[in-house]
Amino acid sequence: MSVVLNAGEINRALRRISHEILEKNHGSADVLLLGIPTRGAFLSKRIAGDINEIEKTSIPVGTLDITMYRDDLRMRPPRTLLPTEIPSGGIDGKHVVLVDDVFYSGRTIRAALDALNEIGRPKSVQLAVLIDRGHRELPIRADFVGKNIPTSKDESVKVHLAEIDGSDAVTIEGRDGK
Amino acid sequence: MKHLLSINDLSKAEAINVLDTAAELSRLSEGTVKKFPTLRGRTVVNLFFEDSTRTRISFEAAAKRLSADVINFSAKGSSLSKGESLKDTALTLQAMGADAVVIRHGASGAPHQLARQQWMTGSVINAGDGTHEHPTQALLDAFTLRRHLGQDAGDLQGLRVAIVGDVLHSRVARSNVLLLQKLGAKVVLIAPPTLLPVGVASWGAEVSYSLDAEIESVDAIMMLRVQRERMDDLYFPTEREYSRNFGLNLERINSMKSDAIVMHPGPMNRGLEISADSADSTRSVIVEQVANGVSIRMAVLYLLLSGTARSESNSTIEVGV
Repeated sequence: MSVVLNAGEINRALRRISHEILEKNHGSADVLLLGIPTRGAFLSKRIAGDINEIEKTSIPVGTLDITMYRDDLRMRPPRTLLPTEIPSGGIDGKHVVLVDDVFYSGRTIRAALDALNEIGRPKSVQLAVLIDRGHRELPIRADFVGKNIPTSKDESVKVHLAEIDGSDAVTIEGRDGK
Repeated sequence: MKHLLSINDLSKAEAINVLDTAAELSRLSEGTVKKFPTLRGRTVVNLFFEDSTRTRISFEAAAKRLSADVINFSAKGSSLSKGESLKDTALTLQAMGADAVVIRHGASGAPHQLARQQWMTGSVINAGDGTHEHPTQALLDAFTLRRHLGQDAGDLQGLRVAIVGDVLHSRVARSNVLLLQKLGAKVVLIAPPTLLPVGVASWGAEVSYSLDAEIESVDAIMMLRVQRERMDDLYFPTEREYSRNFGLNLERINSMKSDAIVMHPGPMNRGLEISADSADSTRSVIVEQVANGVSIRMAVLYLLLSGTARSESNSTIEVGV
């Protein structure tokens, strides 16, 4: 197991993503963050905290569970549903930024786009991820990336966050556990 | 878990998982999302050999909100009235590719027969069999109790629930006793001795013959319908006497704890086991039970049908035994 990002590097990456979101959307007006549980939800709160500090504002932030929209439901044992919290103003006409921890096949994001479709019609949908590890299986790309990490499919990338794992780190593990 | 035939099929953790899933689905349905694509392309058959309003409509609504295709099949107006056997019906459903069969039958054990004989490969959900069990009703009752008296999470530890009336003929009572005790609640069965089944002592619930002696100490009271259609004998002298001793009225409601709730699985005999004004009182959560039924059945269908990919090609069925 090797550490590819430490706590400080995660913070700096999120900070940069926050600035990039503001730059791309010309400020924080109509920007709404939706984190994909579990870890994307914590990351979205941190990014919202950064944006609020930079802009002296308070942007809406929520969570979006994609379990019911997955395309592999038939193949796997049932998964527990995680909370979906859409901010009270809804998503219509907003710039929705989806936030996830690891960007891999792209299937999670496809499911998230389907879920958004049920909830409303955003003005635009953007994607922020902490780690992009490649191996896309769908034509989907991220707008904001914390770090690109080339991996092999045998490896697994884990994001640890202080909120649930006790400390911040991103680790990479081979199939043999090294 | 492939079938839901009895509350005994569920461990405590699995039962809580059903309640948690239903809670999340109910929160989503109240808000923005009315329909999920989760079971698109799956077929759910409602096979009802006995009359039902709530359960059948609720399973139908649940399956449709998950985008499944629903086929309703009732004994009246089908070949069942020409004497077709359960086995031939099951083989027909298999041939049509049913992924789940929701069955209500007058004979106790019919759903078990359907599940165990391997006439069909789909999931079987018991929607009430004879005087045996009605697991989804118990789950929605536990869900309603948890919402009102628990923290909308976890189990029902510390609650005391009275089940009153025709326990003898009630599949709802049996499933509720099993589930509520599994979730840590205490159950007291209140009925005249003639309406309690033989061997009720082995259920693990308290038994009382007096409603007035218990009503002040319970957190919820569940009234059971007097099932006239199953009564082949004289179980109590007159309806007036039954109503006076075991019926719920406003006076009795007023003697309950201030936050205690009144439940009834429906259909109600207004004026017999429950007076009209108590059914409509602010303590009554009877209409809410129906709404919760849809969420519970969505949760059950989701948990049973996801992750059950089977080979679509010529799956052979063992006929016979």
